Amino acid sequence: MNAILIALIVLGGIGLLLAIVLFSAAKAFKVEEDPRIGQVQAVLPGANCGGCGFPGCRGFAETCVKSDSLDGLRCPVGGDDVMKQVGVILDMVPAESKPKVAVLRCQGTCERRPRTNRYDSAPSCMIASALYGGETGCSYGCLGLGDCVKVCQFGALSIDPATGMPVVDEDKCTSCGACVKACPKGLFELRFKGPKSRRIYVSCRNKDKGPVAKKACETACIGCSKCQKACEFEAITIENNLAYIDFNKCRMCRKCVEECPQGSIVELNFPPRKKKEDAASVAEPKAAPAAEPKVAEPKSAPAVEPKVAEPQAATVAEPKAPAAE
Amino acid sequence: MKTFTIGGIHPPESKLTAGKSIVDLPLPRQAVVLLGQHIGAPAQLVVERGAVVKTGQLLAKAGGFVSANIHSPVSGKVSKIGEVTDASGYPKPAVFIDVTEDDWAEEIVRTEKLERECRLTPQEIVAKIAEAGIVGMGGACFPASVKLTPPPGKKCDLLIINAVECEPYLTADHRLMLEKGPEIVIGIRILMKALGVDRAVIGIEENKPDAIELMRHLTISYPAIEVLPLQMHYPQGGEKQLIEAVSGRQVPSGALPIDVGKVVQNVGTVFAVYEAVQKNKPLIERIVTVTGKSLKNPGNFRVRIGTPIADLIEAAGGLPENAGKIISGGPMMGKALVGMDVPVAKGTSGVLVMDEAESARKPVSDCIRCGKCIGACPMGLEPYLLSALAEHQIWDRLEKEHIMDCIECGCCTFTCPANRPLLDYMRVGKAKVGAIIRSRKK
Repeated sequence: MNAILIALIVLGGIGLLLAIVLFSAAKAFKVEEDPRIGQVQAVLPGANCGGCGFPGCRGFAETCVKSDSLDGLRCPVGGDDVMKQVGVILDMVPAESKPKVAVLRCQGTCERRPRTNRYDSAPSCMIASALYGGETGCSYGCLGLGDCVKVCQFGALSIDPATGMPVVDEDKCTSCGACVKACPKGLFELRFKGPKSRRIYVSCRNKDKGPVAKKACETACIGCSKCQKACEFEAITIENNLAYIDFNKCRMCRKCVEECPQGSIVELNFPPRKKKEDAASVAEPKAAPAAEPKVAEPKSAPAVEPKVAEPQAATVAEPKAPAAE
Repeated sequence: MKTFTIGGIHPPESKLTAGKSIVDLPLPRQAVVLLGQHIGAPAQLVVERGAVVKTGQLLAKAGGFVSANIHSPVSGKVSKIGEVTDASGYPKPAVFIDVTEDDWAEEIVRTEKLERECRLTPQEIVAKIAEAGIVGMGGACFPASVKLTPPPGKKCDLLIINAVECEPYLTADHRLMLEKGPEIVIGIRILMKALGVDRAVIGIEENKPDAIELMRHLTISYPAIEVLPLQMHYPQGGEKQLIEAVSGRQVPSGALPIDVGKVVQNVGTVFAVYEAVQKNKPLIERIVTVTGKSLKNPGNFRVRIGTPIADLIEAAGGLPENAGKIISGGPMMGKALVGMDVPVAKGTSGVLVMDEAESARKPVSDCIRCGKCIGACPMGLEPYLLSALAEHQIWDRLEKEHIMDCIECGCCTFTCPANRPLLDYMRVGKAKVGAIIRSRKK
């Protein structure tokens, strides 16, 4: 009995003593923190994806509280809603910005891009691209080993078993930019989602000269600059045999899509074209073998899910093939 | 018998072509000469499209101190300056020359007569070697003239000739010693003069007794040159491993052989030095072993640089139907090629055709931390850890774990019971960390 009592008193005494030490230490060394950091962090999505450019949501919250304005600070995952709430907490006005979404700039499916060799090392794009250009003649295109799928925290990316290439689910994509960093070929780009999610972009990164690119892939951009001439808004630039559409200048007229002889330019979520005859007449004069049905084209739904409008086969008819060097 | 102490493995030798004499390969119809065949800056082109070049004429000048001249291996017309996919698997700048006849530049002496005397000063010798564009022929392609110019304050006390050829299948150096022994001995004496050393050691693995015997016989009147038989042990042909095997000294992490007073040159390089200094012949051809168990006629060929690999395989009896991989180099350190259009470069020591069964990767399972890779690593690294760090892209930790010391010999992957692609990940890590270190220096 006595032993139990002594034990209780000793242990209780130690406990009390330590409690006093801890309490006074907590008082003495208290870290004063702006309570707004916690509040801001609470409204952020908490994905810690790093898409804002800061180390996790806490890092972003700290930066927001410290800075004088919210210019240049944006949580791509939360979008405008979250930024408004942050603005209310901090009594600042966030810069409005249009939502973005990741797009894959490659359409090199197995049908369009013939395989020239076989890869059998570890299933990692990082390793494959360090070893060589890839399984096809195009050393710029998608390797299909899914490094982007592995890094996407939002489940927005998946490999389509039919094409062997990643597919972006634009409803789930938060434009955090993880896939942009992960892709060793730099195929992903964050582009504005556009009105009604309508987007036009050059879905190719091949910088080889025309004949080389064309030989490697049916839908490779050959740098022919037809789209550049067709564009009335100077939105298209051609560099290193590759076209690029500036989304700030693009007015979505879709003329470039009609002009492209390779079908490299992708239009997403547009309603089907009304004037079919028109489109056909643009393509016909220069395309003698236009009648030749293209196996790959009709189901061309490269980057995004089924909503995609089907481009007409006639618009992407091939011009006469340049001599394959 | 001597060897190095840390790690190493014993892969099957498979030296199918050891008894095959060197055969001259006919000239290719078109030679494709890469501009980046060496470590360092790519060479700067000095000819234009349409130019008519002679065999041995300068095509491109060294683009820096660590760089090398490139000469035309054939005579003909420059038909195109473009790109060709090389062993790296990516398109690289190259000069395409349509071969007409074999018209050599005048200054090159083409007789077989042995030139024993060399009256040049060491500086003149090094200048001539640099002019000839000679690089390390063992595969690393480090410019030879740079190695022969020790930085101020450092002195070389021993020249080591690398005749180890530890890589399975390859026999190019072995055959070269048997057929060009006297030239190699003169080449060694030229290198000794250039470096100002009074001792040289030729390291040869014991699986080449005929070469050991011949070199001993040829060096009998030169007591300064010693022939040292070495125990068979892969990767003994690695520079740092060979230095330890021969001299007992280890090269510290991050240091160069010259820091411990050694210079290592491959026996193929020595022969090229002889030809450059005594015959004014630039590096435009080399011995390539074309081998593989399913090839009809494997052999050792003297090949002009720029010959497409397809020509070599044709000479060896054509591509067998069950071919799985074509590898440039040996099975341990070589690289699988994407096609047969890849041209021979200065560092192409062999072409190995593996059949499908031989080249297939075995199924990969999880690492069980057995430590076999650590025991096999000749650099004393921990490959299981390095590959995991590279897989998870932890670059700063990789640097601390000395990824830059990796010599990419492949012992870890060879020995792994789980068939993990350890070296694949480590190569990625090494490239990335190397880039980070370089960007920090700027």
